[in-house]
Amino acid sequence: MQQRWGLPIVAWPSRLRPSFWDGIALPLVIGVIMLIAWASQQMSAPYHPGQPLPISLDPRYLPQYGIRTVLRMIAALGAALVFSLAYAAVAAKSKRAEKILIPILDILQSVPILGFLSITVTGFIALFPGSLLGYECAAIFAIFTSQAWNMTFSLYQSFIAVPGDLREAARMYHLSPWQSFWQLEVPFALPQLIWNMMMSVSGGWFFVVASEAISVSNNQVLLPGIGSYISLAIDQRDLGAVAYAILTMLVLILIYDQLLFRPLLAWAQRFKVEEIGEDEIEPPWFLVMVQRARVIRLLTGAAGTGATLLGRATRHVPWPQAQPARPRRAAAAGDALWNALLLAVAAGALIGIGSYIHAEVSLHEVARVVLLGLATLTRVIVLIALAALVWVPVGVWIGLRPRLARHVQPIIQFLAAFPANLFFPIVVSAIVVYKLNPEIWLSPLMILGTQWYILFNVIAGTLALPTDYQLVAGNLGVRNILWWRRLVLPGIFPAFVTGAVTASGGSWNASIVAEVAKWGNTTLQATGIGAYIAQMTEKGDFPRLALGITVLCLYVLLFNRLLWRRLYHLAEERLRLD
Amino acid sequence: MDTLATQTETNLITAAGICKTYRQPDHAGRLVLDHVDFALKEGEIVAILGKSGSGKSTFLRIVAGLTPPTEGNVRYRGRPVDGPAQGIAMVFQSFALFPWLTVLGNVELGLEAQGVPRDERRRRAIAAIDLIGLDGFESAYPKELSGGMRQRVGFARALVVNPDVLLLDEPFSALDVLTAETLRGDIMDLWIDRRVPTKGIIFVSHNIEEAVEIADRIIIFGSDPGCIRAEIPVPMPRPREWSSPAFRRIVDEVYTLLTTVPGREATRRGTRADTLSMQYRLPGASIQQLVGLLDALTAPPFNGRADLPHLADNENLATDDLMVLIEALQLLNFAQVGGGDIEVTPLGRSFVDADLQRRKQIFADSLMRNIGFIVHIRRILDERPGHAAPEARFLGELEDHLSEEEAQRVLETVINWGRYAELFAYDYDRGVLSLENP
Repeated sequence: MQQRWGLPIVAWPSRLRPSFWDGIALPLVIGVIMLIAWASQQMSAPYHPGQPLPISLDPRYLPQYGIRTVLRMIAALGAALVFSLAYAAVAAKSKRAEKILIPILDILQSVPILGFLSITVTGFIALFPGSLLGYECAAIFAIFTSQAWNMTFSLYQSFIAVPGDLREAARMYHLSPWQSFWQLEVPFALPQLIWNMMMSVSGGWFFVVASEAISVSNNQVLLPGIGSYISLAIDQRDLGAVAYAILTMLVLILIYDQLLFRPLLAWAQRFKVEEIGEDEIEPPWFLVMVQRARVIRLLTGAAGTGATLLGRATRHVPWPQAQPARPRRAAAAGDALWNALLLAVAAGALIGIGSYIHAEVSLHEVARVVLLGLATLTRVIVLIALAALVWVPVGVWIGLRPRLARHVQPIIQFLAAFPANLFFPIVVSAIVVYKLNPEIWLSPLMILGTQWYILFNVIAGTLALPTDYQLVAGNLGVRNILWWRRLVLPGIFPAFVTGAVTASGGSWNASIVAEVAKWGNTTLQATGIGAYIAQMTEKGDFPRLALGITVLCLYVLLFNRLLWRRLYHLAEERLRLD
Repeated sequence: MDTLATQTETNLITAAGICKTYRQPDHAGRLVLDHVDFALKEGEIVAILGKSGSGKSTFLRIVAGLTPPTEGNVRYRGRPVDGPAQGIAMVFQSFALFPWLTVLGNVELGLEAQGVPRDERRRRAIAAIDLIGLDGFESAYPKELSGGMRQRVGFARALVVNPDVLLLDEPFSALDVLTAETLRGDIMDLWIDRRVPTKGIIFVSHNIEEAVEIADRIIIFGSDPGCIRAEIPVPMPRPREWSSPAFRRIVDEVYTLLTTVPGREATRRGTRADTLSMQYRLPGASIQQLVGLLDALTAPPFNGRADLPHLADNENLATDDLMVLIEALQLLNFAQVGGGDIEVTPLGRSFVDADLQRRKQIFADSLMRNIGFIVHIRRILDERPGHAAPEARFLGELEDHLSEEEAQRVLETVINWGRYAELFAYDYDRGVLSLENP
């Protein structure tokens, strides 16, 4: 080959002289490296089941716990990124793989992840015996499952939507499949991916908190972190400690927002294919630093050179092309075989699950669990309706004032990211003190964290309503009820549906932690499938746990198919503004 | 004359017996190109003209190696083309620049893929950028540039790999008239002065004047399925003057070839009402534009008869749009085309003279007499007990012959025309055609 294989950096030209920003960047870079080293040492510390892990409610330990929690989050995000790149690439490139991978993803996306935590823990512990790493991996896996699916979906959708002319240009100028993956497909997918990552991480905080306190067959392990801290605070009825935990989380999310997502979002602007309008984002300070500091430029330069070399080296590596040209009859036969195989596997799995559950559980109990699901379904519907009643008028009111909306929107994004389960102890202690009915008063916990999606989307929808429409309505004297019915409600409907879908999905998930709540020795319980799953998890009763999760999944899937999909379709067809 | 073998050697590109069938999900294959034979000689610019849907872009992609032909083969300097070949570069209508790369990055792309070392890459890219007149914009992102500048980047990206053959897919049609003219002039200057190593250009266009200005030879594609209908040499020295009589004569000739419906299609239309079959790709002409054009045609200065290029100019219509309208007027028997001229028929004149209600009636009569598919829809609606039928049914029938997109577009046109003529009603929400009066 004709290229020179030298060191990536051969000279020390003037553009690499340190700048002001290096003063900030250098300590940051070194600090991060040391942190990772420290944490990985802590994570793989030796551990034997039953050995108590020291967690202290002393707020001085909170920064340390916070860092552990954040690192868990970052590890999960990294894993989710790798997973989604691979999964989406395969799904987008192979028709056969697509046929099964996408429905699986669709189901995974609407499945309540919390229920699976205790099932996976056992496996991970067996993987790393005598070390804390198994528990850490289980927690990270739980967070991973809360992030990966929606990122994968976004990547897959971007991959198949890469404009045909760009694809043709890449082929015409002989980019290898590897090169066009990194130079065309991934950059094209980036803006949407980053947006979805942001949503994923927002959702992820909830699971971080929920997954650090792991119970395996009546044996609770508290991994050092904010989630464990708060779980201890609940055990000891310490409202002060709860407040400290909330404060720490607040700071953490603020840092994450400033250091990671504002800069990423601004940076991703340049990958957008369409023209940029006036809503171009002001570059945040952290992005400015990253772009100006030489240290970071050196690091990214080296990474870039590495990628280029890898690209050259793999130029002739075969890679699945979009549609391999095969004789049609052979392809058809192969397809039939593949379909038959998939059907067989699915049938086998169905029989397996069925017999596993049936061996332990009577049909009578199955019916009871279905009824419990109905109770939770009622809660979800009532809560979404209530949230809509409250937040639609508020959202429209804010959306009609664009200047206000600009200030309010980051706050709501922030609220949506905030793990609502940190607030549970406060509500629960109030229920205990005032002796309220848990059947009713535990329910709002389910929507505490997810209601913001409704508000957020309604504001966005109102902002997107063309001013012309409002002027016309004003001009024709359309007011009051008519104004809502003919202008605002149809106008924001698509945005509302998007928000409500997200909110309802989150609520189903939250039911597992919201229908049973503890405050010290007092346990409050509402009737519902979430409570059933939580109980079975605690008991380690796997057949019943499997039953509960299966029924919950079916409810979520049916609810999505029968209600949200249709509304979504209606919104797409009829009420889109364009 | 030469034997076929020696001819093949001097040809840059030889395409023999190219057929292309698109397979549709649950229908039989749809033929878009039917036995196309083509050759590009050294030092030649060939323009390909045709209505939209004549398969001219598909043909260009087959030559480029981006799409495999169903039958036949393409050779580039005697070697079979079975994928994008080194030595052939393409410029796209939509520019197809990577928005996340700077001008320099975009131009370097092809060199990077070939593994050209960085310093040489940079040097050649900057040379190409200078050549095309983009100096100073190396570090700009495509979205900062105007359309004309972006297409210059597209040309620089193609020229930097020193292509032997340049394929241009309507490179100027996304640009405004002035910008297109300037860029076209600059590219032609490079070609005439031999400042680029390119030996031959194939150029797909829908702008007749543009093709006559640039090409040594014009190939006209017919539709349904795409085939070569005519070939016109343009033996004129460059630079060519648009207003010269020789230039106008060739333009007129091309117009005539493109707008009259010759050969098979003429006999098909001989017994119109029942033979203008389903597979006829109805032109997507809007009623408003049809009426507007008829009004303009009957009024001074045309008074019922117009020279087509002149009409396009006067009405400020792109050639493509004009073709669509003229085809529709012919189908409806409101006008006739011959010798580069269009003439309003007596029926067309009576339409113009009528009032709104009467116009709808004339339009309806004409649809029922000429458009087989509308007759078919009416018959079905009349026969059905509820006098209603889902649109999906008709869409399915169209999809047997047309691509999904085309079928959708044709159905939309049919519904538009039918609604205007009050032949049937259509409910968008339910997707139902019916005879009821809303």
